[in-house]
Amino acid sequence: MSDWTAVASTVEAKTERERARRWRPGLSPLGGAALLLVMFLAVPLVALVWRALGEPGIWAAAGQPLVLRALRLSVVTTAVTIAVAVVAGTPLAYLLARRRFRGKRLVEVVIDLPLVLPPVVAGVALLMAFGRRGLLGDALGAVGIELPFTTAAVVLAQVFVSVPFYVRGARAGFQAVPGELEEAAAIDGAGTWHTLRRVTLPLALPGVASGLVLCWARALSEFGATLMFAGNFTGRTQTMPLAIMSAMERDLNAALVLSVLLLAVAAAVLILARLVAGGRVEP
Amino acid sequence: MTMLEQHRFTARRDGWHCRPMAVMAIVALLAFGLVLAGCGASAGGAERKATTAPAGGATVSATAEAAGALTGELTVFAAASLTDAFQEIGAQLEADNPGLRIVFNFAGSQALRAQLAEGARADVFASADEVTMEGAREDGSIAGEPRIFVANQLVVILPADNPAGVQELRDLARPGVKLVLADETVPAGRYARQILTTMGRNPSFGSDFTDRVLANVVSNETNVRQVVAKVQLGEADAGIVYASDVTPAVRADVTVLDIPAEFNVVARYPIAIVRDAANPTAAEAFIDAVLSPAGQDTLTRHGFLPAPSGGDQ
Repeated sequence: MSDWTAVASTVEAKTERERARRWRPGLSPLGGAALLLVMFLAVPLVALVWRALGEPGIWAAAGQPLVLRALRLSVVTTAVTIAVAVVAGTPLAYLLARRRFRGKRLVEVVIDLPLVLPPVVAGVALLMAFGRRGLLGDALGAVGIELPFTTAAVVLAQVFVSVPFYVRGARAGFQAVPGELEEAAAIDGAGTWHTLRRVTLPLALPGVASGLVLCWARALSEFGATLMFAGNFTGRTQTMPLAIMSAMERDLNAALVLSVLLLAVAAAVLILARLVAGGRVEP
Repeated sequence: MTMLEQHRFTARRDGWHCRPMAVMAIVALLAFGLVLAGCGASAGGAERKATTAPAGGATVSATAEAAGALTGELTVFAAASLTDAFQEIGAQLEADNPGLRIVFNFAGSQALRAQLAEGARADVFASADEVTMEGAREDGSIAGEPRIFVANQLVVILPADNPAGVQELRDLARPGVKLVLADETVPAGRYARQILTTMGRNPSFGSDFTDRVLANVVSNETNVRQVVAKVQLGEADAGIVYASDVTPAVRADVTVLDIPAEFNVVARYPIAIVRDAANPTAAEAFIDAVLSPAGQDTLTRHGFLPAPSGGDQ
């Protein structure tokens, strides 16, 4: 950062600070609307935690096998999904950001569609493709693979609905890296792989990380496609959201515990991701 | 670094790429919520009065015949297995009363009970079993006496092409058969397990029959209709569902294997007015329509058994 921009940003920060001091939230219609929205988002979460903590026997419910097995399955399946996203999604995101090729538009549509599809549709689509009677069902069956009702089906459902979030985020990250820097590295004698590893990837990290967080969050909350394609079996296909749905039928306490756990895990990862991404971009 | 600067840094660094979309979604959600709240308020305010217990079975056709008299919105919470039959009965009642609009919420009986206990607004609750209705009464969700309006029993369904070659009930215990049941918290799932236990006590099935069948379960669906869907799609080799779930739309895709009466369970379905119902008049009319000969006819056409003992508990 040059001296000039440092001065400019200090001045800017000072005037903004003064503006912030004068501003009274809630008095203007703008502030009122904003406050209303923040309340709307915060109140249900507070209510959930409040209710859960006020419930006697809530901690006993947390130790239930149903809760633990669902938590473990969610952690394992989303970890595999994240791995698939990084391994397969990063090259795709890089190509989309850096190269022009025939059919690029089509690829982008294919990437974007799962983002807007209702998850249940994704589940039906997965069944139509990978189910026993699906398009690829016979081929899979011939080599002894039956996907529905397996943990693999849970991962497939998560990959389908969540990896597009990663690809979009990572693509934006790569696009934010100036091409001149890569060229400069190449002039200095760095190979393609070396440039990618030492220059492009570190600079693209904020976008990549935010994409990864969104992808993981979507995978963790996946419900509709999983229920449709993988079914609901404790320890095998019953992830946290499915366990919450099942627990609602039996025991509100267990459902509350699961919900609060999911909320806590999600909050922890969000904070962690911010710390990691933040630590890398600031000098 | 001040709070403000820090805030600006975080905003710049995480760079959510879909922010405009998220904002639009939130605005849309809020608008939708406001519209819903508005509707709820007007419907609730229009006709709030003390709920009276439904009078016996005597007024069955009297209310139904007061055609066109019913107005407002009627919310019916009903067990998933009642979906088709109740929609048909509801459509008829709406046709007779142009001012009436019926909103259905079909789900597992337990989920409905939980929703009622948490204060969901409804006028009528129809459960797939008496245990759940009794529970709802204990919650304080129910006004008056529930009435048994129909009965149901269970059957085994197989995909029409029968991929696992299941010929008789005994085959359900064969290793490799993919069986889908309703979750044991849902009445249909509880009945299925009850039936399997009864069969296990019979020497002709063998003592470990129940365990072997349960070892074949690949999914416990939270809703009995999902069991039907999994079998209909051919993903599961067998499922245990209500006879009424084999609707005309399903019939072509599945084969039905009857469960003998000595093992089967007869599920009795109770129906009742919900406490603090916003539209008790219409609620009572709906229950009467269900109990009327026409309603009973609709229900039996959908595979239900007629209500035992004339409709009263």
